[in-house]
Amino acid sequence: MTPELVADGTIMTGFWGVILAVLAGAIRISTPFLFVSLGECLTEKSGRINLGLEGTLVMGAMGGYGVSLYTGSPWLGVLAAGVLGIALGALHAWLCSRPKVNDIAVGIALMIFGVGLAFFLGKPLIKPSAPHLPAIPLGAWSSFPQVRAALNINILFVVGIGITLLVRWLLTRSRWGLVLRTVGESANSARAMGYDVNRVRLIATMCGGFLAGVGGSFLSLFYPGSWNEGLSSGQGLMAVALVIFAKWDPVRCLWASLLFGGASALGPALQSVGFNQGYYLFNAAPYVLTLVVMIATSSSERALAGQPAELRVAR
Amino acid sequence: MPTTLAMAEASPAKRLSAVVQAAAIPAAAIAVSLALFGVFVGLFGANPIQVFHQMIRGSFGTWFSFQNTLQRSAPLMLTALCTALPARLGMVIIGGEGALVLGGLAAASVAYLMPASSPLTVKVMMVAGGLLVGGLWIGLSAALRAYRGVNETISSLLLNYIAIAILNFLVEGPLRDPASLNKPSTPPLADDVMIGSLPGLDVHWGLAFGLVFCVVTYVLMDRTVFGFSARMVGGNVRAAQLSGLRVARLMVVTAFVAGGAAGVAGAVEVAAVQGSANASLVAGYGYSGILVAFIARHNPLAVIPVSLLLGGIGASGGLLQRMFHLPDAAVNVLQGILFITILFSETYQGRRLVFKRRPVAAPMPKAGNENMVSA
Repeated sequence: MTPELVADGTIMTGFWGVILAVLAGAIRISTPFLFVSLGECLTEKSGRINLGLEGTLVMGAMGGYGVSLYTGSPWLGVLAAGVLGIALGALHAWLCSRPKVNDIAVGIALMIFGVGLAFFLGKPLIKPSAPHLPAIPLGAWSSFPQVRAALNINILFVVGIGITLLVRWLLTRSRWGLVLRTVGESANSARAMGYDVNRVRLIATMCGGFLAGVGGSFLSLFYPGSWNEGLSSGQGLMAVALVIFAKWDPVRCLWASLLFGGASALGPALQSVGFNQGYYLFNAAPYVLTLVVMIATSSSERALAGQPAELRVAR
Repeated sequence: MPTTLAMAEASPAKRLSAVVQAAAIPAAAIAVSLALFGVFVGLFGANPIQVFHQMIRGSFGTWFSFQNTLQRSAPLMLTALCTALPARLGMVIIGGEGALVLGGLAAASVAYLMPASSPLTVKVMMVAGGLLVGGLWIGLSAALRAYRGVNETISSLLLNYIAIAILNFLVEGPLRDPASLNKPSTPPLADDVMIGSLPGLDVHWGLAFGLVFCVVTYVLMDRTVFGFSARMVGGNVRAAQLSGLRVARLMVVTAFVAGGAAGVAGAVEVAAVQGSANASLVAGYGYSGILVAFIARHNPLAVIPVSLLLGGIGASGGLLQRMFHLPDAAVNVLQGILFITILFSETYQGRRLVFKRRPVAAPMPKAGNENMVSA
């Protein structure tokens, strides 16, 4: 993340400027976190970890940008990103359904494959500029340009909140969610009840891939809003930690994403008010935060609250 | 890995057939992934036969390209150990990149802090510094797993990003050489403390470090009581705990050795290639090392040929770009295909496809039990 992307026209300075920039960043940067973590949450609830969502995110960013460029419709780009995510999710689920294949290792492989393929196919997309996703100017009432910029909220963020509630409803209130959680808690019980464990996990991983791909398209089609090889700073991987932090609860995923978005905006926000000391250390804030949270919430004695039991067996 | 435990007690003929099978399946997977890559480049208008021809020319075909391959394989051997050794205890550590970066940073700092010492002392301290810092970094990840139950895959990955942030902070701030304008770097190393080439070769000493580390860690993991205990943790943690092994200590010590290897890779990168610590350290050797470790099935000796193969693929990347106008990421695509195919081939391990023999139920080896008591 380059500083000039966040510091758009700094007039409001000092403490409140930083607070505002962090809040603005929380909303803007959190969207990809939100989509990927919801996808990961769904996948993990079925009892599998997909570390490959980083690759899915980057593929989604590349594919979404490319389709938006060639069709002129950013929404088709978002859809294409989701479809790419479904394909990668299906590949992950199919590989993991083979005996003796480790889901974590497959995730790392798909991360390398997805990122490599996106860089390969995305070479011609670095220069041209594709149409962006529209934003809702909720801050039009304000005379401060920062407030206006901060409240220039993308539709995908609003969609993300809707999907959060939908995923929560699906998981806790629907028959489909109950089957999914059964598979995640005890594959043997689910099998005894006549459910096809691999099929349930396939669907969960494909849905997770769809969400991660859409999250990637936000990166290239809204913020930062271009395609290049340094686009993702590991959001797809941090989402995995974020799900642990959120205790496998979709609504908590939303809060955690906002927190991580704010932490990511801290370094650039401080720099924009002339506080340059340790700028690069502040860039590490989201990673340090994740690590601290994981240390604080983990325990070697008891299982984590909310963790699907099948993940414990897999460890 | 339970199969290797059982292997140690099997008859020489059975052992050979198991080794052949363990090697034949990855070899077949490599062939399949090359074929898939051929189809892939074919889709982009390149002639697969010519691509393979140029890849061989650019990696092993000439003495010059072979030396390039050797040079590239050296850091891969070391970063592969960073994943391979903890994997023997059932830990998936992917923090090689961070350990390499910090190892390089440590080497540059040592050279910066000891300007008056003799060149040999500085050289030794640079490598030792890289080993120590890399070891502590990955050791931390294992300690968090052992004592706090923190997922080591995620923590080692986060530590990668934190290490890169520390590198950026130091080379842009306290350790920045004012003369490095376009590419912020630490002050360059004096010529006499640079680690040179191996005698008679155009390949730096990192290759020797890589080979020695692979052989030594092989002996450690496969021929000592320590290694046996470590593998037992990987086979069954509960059984290891019940037989009185100090699981947490085994995890942390193994991870220290593993991270130390990656740290040395970073130190060599600084002291033999770059001449200072800068962003060039973040070259993806850590991530390629993960791939090497998985292809080598976490066997330190197998890491050597696999590193050569991956080093060769890396060395031929430039030629692919020049001759066929394929993006440089073509190499990454091939690595991804390789990784996926290798993992897929794991399904066939131990199935004895060619060597028809009834599956042997492996009882706990007798000698092993004695080892456990003494451990």
